[in-house]
Amino acid sequence: MVEMNALFQTRASLFVRTIILVIVSIALMVADHRWNHLETLRSGLSNLIYPLRYTINIPGEFIVWVDKSITSHSNLLDENQQLKEQQLLAQVRMQKMDTLELENQRLRKLLGTPRKASERVLIAEIFSVDQDPYKHLITINKDEDDGAYIGQAIIDANGIMGQIIHVEANASTVMLISDSNHAVPIQINRTGLRGTVFGTGDSSKLELRFIPHNAEIKFGDVVTSSGLGGRFPPNYPVGTISNIERPAGETFAKIEITPAAKLEQSREVLMLWHNAPPDNYGIEDKIKK
Amino acid sequence: MIPRPYIAILISLSVALMLNMLPLPDWANYSRPDWVTLVLIYWAMALPQIAGVMLAFIFGLLLDVSQSTLLGQHAVALVIVIFLVQRLYLRIRVYTLIQQALFVGVLLIIKQLIVLWVDGITDNAPDTHFYFLPSLVGAIFWPWLFILLRDIRRRFCTISHH
Repeated sequence: MVEMNALFQTRASLFVRTIILVIVSIALMVADHRWNHLETLRSGLSNLIYPLRYTINIPGEFIVWVDKSITSHSNLLDENQQLKEQQLLAQVRMQKMDTLELENQRLRKLLGTPRKASERVLIAEIFSVDQDPYKHLITINKDEDDGAYIGQAIIDANGIMGQIIHVEANASTVMLISDSNHAVPIQINRTGLRGTVFGTGDSSKLELRFIPHNAEIKFGDVVTSSGLGGRFPPNYPVGTISNIERPAGETFAKIEITPAAKLEQSREVLMLWHNAPPDNYGIEDKIKK
Repeated sequence: MIPRPYIAILISLSVALMLNMLPLPDWANYSRPDWVTLVLIYWAMALPQIAGVMLAFIFGLLLDVSQSTLLGQHAVALVIVIFLVQRLYLRIRVYTLIQQALFVGVLLIIKQLIVLWVDGITDNAPDTHFYFLPSLVGAIFWPWLFILLRDIRRRFCTISHH
């Protein structure tokens, strides 16, 4: 009889506990979705999974290390030579850039427009951990202590990759521009036409939407960020136009873009600080140091 | 001193969480079973006094953090699934392994449906025909997982056999 009683009691309280936890979960989801107030909680919880993430990352690191260790001397020499040549080329270009930059500043001063804020970058490594396969997210190994903030632009050597959506403990989550929830304000380099590039959920193509049929746009046009909206700094490559369809009877053209950044291959990415958003004073101070 | 069943449960769930995050090639990633849910179902069935809805809630939140979903999304799904297991564990225990696998498959689909439902509300729902593949794969893996975890339980959690 005692056994039976205990059974019924646990059942009743099980139901109550379940209802309470379901209500708490729903409250959490609403708070997270509507107000983004739960970053502290998320960051706290991520402390618990950090050791797991770190452990999973070890085999990947190990493979890279082995790969580095067994690369032969001659290969290294070749690579070194190649890099030196590239470096030389880059330096020549930089010389030109420096002059242009100075000229630009001088002209801006003449025009009375404020000087463009200088940008700062930091290399971050991608954790080799998988996330939801239907979302285009990556985890990088930098957090608030390194100055990471929500909305920070992430680039690689070729172009814009995405932006930080969560800052966690020793890690941050980045939404790639190919995620179907992501959009970048852009301009066409050749014509200055502005628009917005949306992710498609396929990392090999993006979509330029809401461009009328008669817009001056053609295959191979380079698309760069316009800097409107303040999230992404202006003039970083986003991609090139790879396909244009103008279906009759529809208001807008269907325009596909091949992303410039290597969204699936990079192992290292760059975090970019340009004009830090005004709600991040603490972080801005840290960057200045 | 933490009782041994707790240690066994926490370690097996941590390993499951790692398996959920382990980098896999694309095709495997789309069919990756939800190890955390599978392991939680086992413990809720085998040691219902210890592994309850609270544990499901905590590991649900950890899943949310690891997959960058809304906080509470996996938690609510896991709490409901573990609630069902706790109500029905006496029945599930006497099922054959195949019957159990089918039942677990249904539980996994319920869990995915709840997650999908929240994704749908927040306009995040993926556009695919293979969304429930992980549940099918999870059900196929169940008998092996069951035997493995049963052995672990017999070795480390003999306390619960009064």
